[in-house]
Amino acid sequence: MADPVTLTIDGQSLQAMPGTLVIDAAKRAGINIPSFCYYEGLSLQAACRMCLVEVEKMPKLQASCTLTVAEGMVVRTESPQVAAARKQMLEFLLTNHPLDCPVCDKGGECELQDMVFRYGAGESRYTEIKHHVDEKQWSPVVFYDAPRCILCYRCVRVCDEGLGVKALGVTHRGAYSEITPNFGDHLNCDECGACIDICPVGALTSGIYRYQTRPWEMDHVGTVCGHCADGCKTTLSVRDNEIVRGNNRDQSGINGDFLCVKGRYAFDFISHPERLQSPLIRKNGALVEASWSEAIKRVGQRLNEIRTAGGKIGVVGSNQTTNEENYYLQKFAREGLGTPHIDHQRTGDVASLLDALSGSAAGLATAEDVYESDAVLIIGADLSQQHPFLAWQVRANWRHHQAAVYTVTPGPVREDKVAISKLRYSDGDPWPRLHELAADLKTRKRLVVIFGDVIKGAAVGQLVEFGASLGIPVQYICLVDYANSRGAIDMGLHPELSPGYEPAPEKGMSMDQMLAAPDLAALWVVGADPLGGAALPPGTFLLVQDLFLTDTARRAEVVLPSASLYEKPGTVTNGTGQVQRLKKALGVMGAKTDLEIFALIGRATGINVGPAQHERIFEEIRARVRGYNVPLPVIATGGAAATAAVNGRVNVEARPDLIRSFGDTLFTSGSLGRYSKTLASVLESPGQLYQSK
Amino acid sequence: MEPLLHPEPHPAETVLLSKRFRLPNSRSIDTFLANGGFQSFRKALAMTPDQIVDELKASNLRGRGGAGFPVGMKWGFVPRTGAKPRYIVVNADESEPGTCKDRVIMQYDPHRLIEGCLIAARVIDSRRGWIYIRGEYRYLIDLMDQALEEAYAKGWLGKNIQGTGFDFDLSTHSGAGAYECGEESALLESLEGKRGNPRIKPPFPATSGAFQCPTILNNVESYAAVPDIIEMGGAAYAALGVAKAGGTKLTCLTGHVNRPGVYELTLGFPVRKMLEEVGGGIRNGRKMKAFIPGGSSCPVLTGEEAWEATMDYDAMAKLKTMLGSGGVVIIDDTTDMVKLALRIMRFYKHESCGWCIPCREGTLWLTKLLTRLDEGAANAHDIDMVGELAENMLGRTFCALGDAAALPTISIVKKFRHEFEAKIASSSVSMTGAGLVRIHS
Repeated sequence: MADPVTLTIDGQSLQAMPGTLVIDAAKRAGINIPSFCYYEGLSLQAACRMCLVEVEKMPKLQASCTLTVAEGMVVRTESPQVAAARKQMLEFLLTNHPLDCPVCDKGGECELQDMVFRYGAGESRYTEIKHHVDEKQWSPVVFYDAPRCILCYRCVRVCDEGLGVKALGVTHRGAYSEITPNFGDHLNCDECGACIDICPVGALTSGIYRYQTRPWEMDHVGTVCGHCADGCKTTLSVRDNEIVRGNNRDQSGINGDFLCVKGRYAFDFISHPERLQSPLIRKNGALVEASWSEAIKRVGQRLNEIRTAGGKIGVVGSNQTTNEENYYLQKFAREGLGTPHIDHQRTGDVASLLDALSGSAAGLATAEDVYESDAVLIIGADLSQQHPFLAWQVRANWRHHQAAVYTVTPGPVREDKVAISKLRYSDGDPWPRLHELAADLKTRKRLVVIFGDVIKGAAVGQLVEFGASLGIPVQYICLVDYANSRGAIDMGLHPELSPGYEPAPEKGMSMDQMLAAPDLAALWVVGADPLGGAALPPGTFLLVQDLFLTDTARRAEVVLPSASLYEKPGTVTNGTGQVQRLKKALGVMGAKTDLEIFALIGRATGINVGPAQHERIFEEIRARVRGYNVPLPVIATGGAAATAAVNGRVNVEARPDLIRSFGDTLFTSGSLGRYSKTLASVLESPGQLYQSK
Repeated sequence: MEPLLHPEPHPAETVLLSKRFRLPNSRSIDTFLANGGFQSFRKALAMTPDQIVDELKASNLRGRGGAGFPVGMKWGFVPRTGAKPRYIVVNADESEPGTCKDRVIMQYDPHRLIEGCLIAARVIDSRRGWIYIRGEYRYLIDLMDQALEEAYAKGWLGKNIQGTGFDFDLSTHSGAGAYECGEESALLESLEGKRGNPRIKPPFPATSGAFQCPTILNNVESYAAVPDIIEMGGAAYAALGVAKAGGTKLTCLTGHVNRPGVYELTLGFPVRKMLEEVGGGIRNGRKMKAFIPGGSSCPVLTGEEAWEATMDYDAMAKLKTMLGSGGVVIIDDTTDMVKLALRIMRFYKHESCGWCIPCREGTLWLTKLLTRLDEGAANAHDIDMVGELAENMLGRTFCALGDAAALPTISIVKKFRHEFEAKIASSSVSMTGAGLVRIHS
């Protein structure tokens, strides 16, 4: 590696590696050079000219975002000449800017406002007519107001480079230049809204948020997205107990700049008209609204009857409840109700992977590893559709480190674009293709293998053996579907496993066995919809906790309205095994968190398995569950703490037939997606044009 | 339309590059071959790349596109070996107002350009070249294509050229009507099929040009001058011109001159002689008010400043202007300098690509401001502001287009301020309230 060079910025002597941009070197020294178009991680533009600095021995001011450091370089970032240039640049920018800050969504969080405040002129010399263009709607969620646009091209770049979509370009030229969809006059894209988030001004605005509020009227709650298992941080902005906006405002999560359409917009299911806000109990064959006390009383009575009679009780947990709730539920079931029959809808074979990795040097990968690894192998997964953040990491790795990407999938995927090898398999058998790759994979320094539900059961072990045969460090990601799918199995929502993959004291029935058991006396379903066409034996007590009246809930005797992940505190574990904290954004009238419901049921049944309080349960999880002794400060400050490897055999009966991904796309999210108006709107009318009112 | 090329060269001209222009059927490869065509290429094949570059350096040939960068030095920067292919690109996006020389070359002696490209290809062992022709030169694209076809048919392009084992393919590429694509890196973007925005430099085309490969990129006239240099030797070519600027240059006399046209003049040619003898004097015997030496992006000289100047890089630099592309614009005393400033600014406003703030917003603002000044709906403060805004653009834009817009404007305001003042003084437009604000685009 080359030796660092020494340069001086604003009289401060500092060292930087050759190739470092002056703007970055300055930032590291605590000197902020203003810029619009420079954006870390995206290609360079040098278009906004805000970062001009004075460099000794250079006749003209230099753009510090493209100038690399050199030995002995002397840079001044605050000289009168630089200050004047910034002031003049902002003066130019404001000439055609509408200055409609009082009604602009961005007002208060606008980089242009901040920049003018800090560096701009106090008065305007521009007395000509401004160039006006009407606002355009590009999709249900993206609006473009050209006059506000400063043409920093961040949106164009994030869409092309970050998302791999390339939906945006530039049309016209000179002062009449505008950002425009590349696909005619509307967007045909992921609708992720990254362009809106990255826009430094109010040129790109969100269809659902625009003109709703002033930013300072909201509370900004950084929590974890409640949809897929990638575990992105999303900041929910709440005003008057209503989520007005979701975005990536604080950028402190594992996802950095990234957020997909679900993380940004699909919180609106919480206020869907069909949301349950009252318990329902079956009376005369029909479900009718009832008070919480009446409903809980009925649950207590029925469960106690069944317990007394020694009836079999089955418990089905959720992919979208917190670790604390999952832990408490299995404890309640095993220790309280005394039933071993507990399971959840499994979407990936995590247990087999952990078993196969036991005693092996290979490990689990996180999203960060996907960004840093020399090579990434994707097997049987459409990451851009199902795990968009991992897809983003793959592209970023390719862009920044020229990672070798391999796709082995049944059909074309977006990652093919960055792949050095794209192989298709048929009949659900990727193995011939994988063996074709072996020789090439061996030449890599390090590999992350991301696999979907095509690899399950014994095949997981084979995959780990295949990895070991490559002779390079290999890490794995077993894809699972939902926000806490991983937490569900980690917390022992499994007939053979206690929390932490310890063998369960007594082997229970798996979900399919419960549904088929002729003598099942009660089925308690928490946040799941397992029934499908299955017929429960007559007289089986079906208790459902859910947000909506699912197909299962329709057949229940008691339905209890529960709270979503946005309405509760606690922790969730993402697909790569990182624990993150949820923050409660709001409460929805009538609904209770699943944990609160467990406590009520405990009181009604006389079962006490400990305090139903999330902090206390998390303490217990940290103390008792293998791998979960995660550092509290990381969790408390909103970080992602990786769970430790189980590193021991996980003895379970391989049941690959039970493992099935729901196969969500970008615009669906299990049972929740259909209740999101925004997801539905982009799905039903992609790119539908703005109809003037 | 008056012909660009007079039937006979003016006696003061040095006929070198234009030596075949006036031959009957000069465009055809047969005429070319019968009059020494491709002999320089044959000679170059016997030389080493270093010898060719040394001759070019000795010739003091400076880039004829406007910037005047020494051609030999530029070609010397380009790697001649390596895993990446190396390319030849010809900048035929001749769009600088006042400039009409490259079209004459391509119209009357297109094979000379091909020969220049072949020699360049020989230097860097390139197999592929493109001639990027401005979209508005539609007819020239056709002519150039015919010439290329002839060269292919006669074995002067393609595989194993004339049995020498040397392969080279050359084709035209049409621009789409953007002045900005005459900027070399924007040209390369456009050539690659992208929007014609300039690139961040470095890297320069010599190391990363067309399709990220090492590229020689020069103006048509620069390539066209090369065969003569190889033929006569660099030193002899240099001797035709002045120190640090060798040879001859096609000079386009335009504007208020009696005999406009394209003339081949040696570097360092006196302006007085150029105007009085070659150009036949100022139109209608009037006085020359202003003089643009090489296209609209050069700072304007007053008539007095220009008369005693010589047409070479250093002399023009001393007068704080540029030799530029050879597009001389003569402006007599009937011309309204405010209108001239406005006309120039409107051109740059129209042609600004919009990439960077100062050029994009500055050219539009200045156009509006100058329109108002032209109508007299302005005050003395506005005159100052024209100069200030142009100064604010100068040296701060992404590419040289911003400077090209700023430089003539600054010089006109500085040298002809009294004309702006007179406009305001004679205006009947109210200077109070909203009357000041007028709609223009």
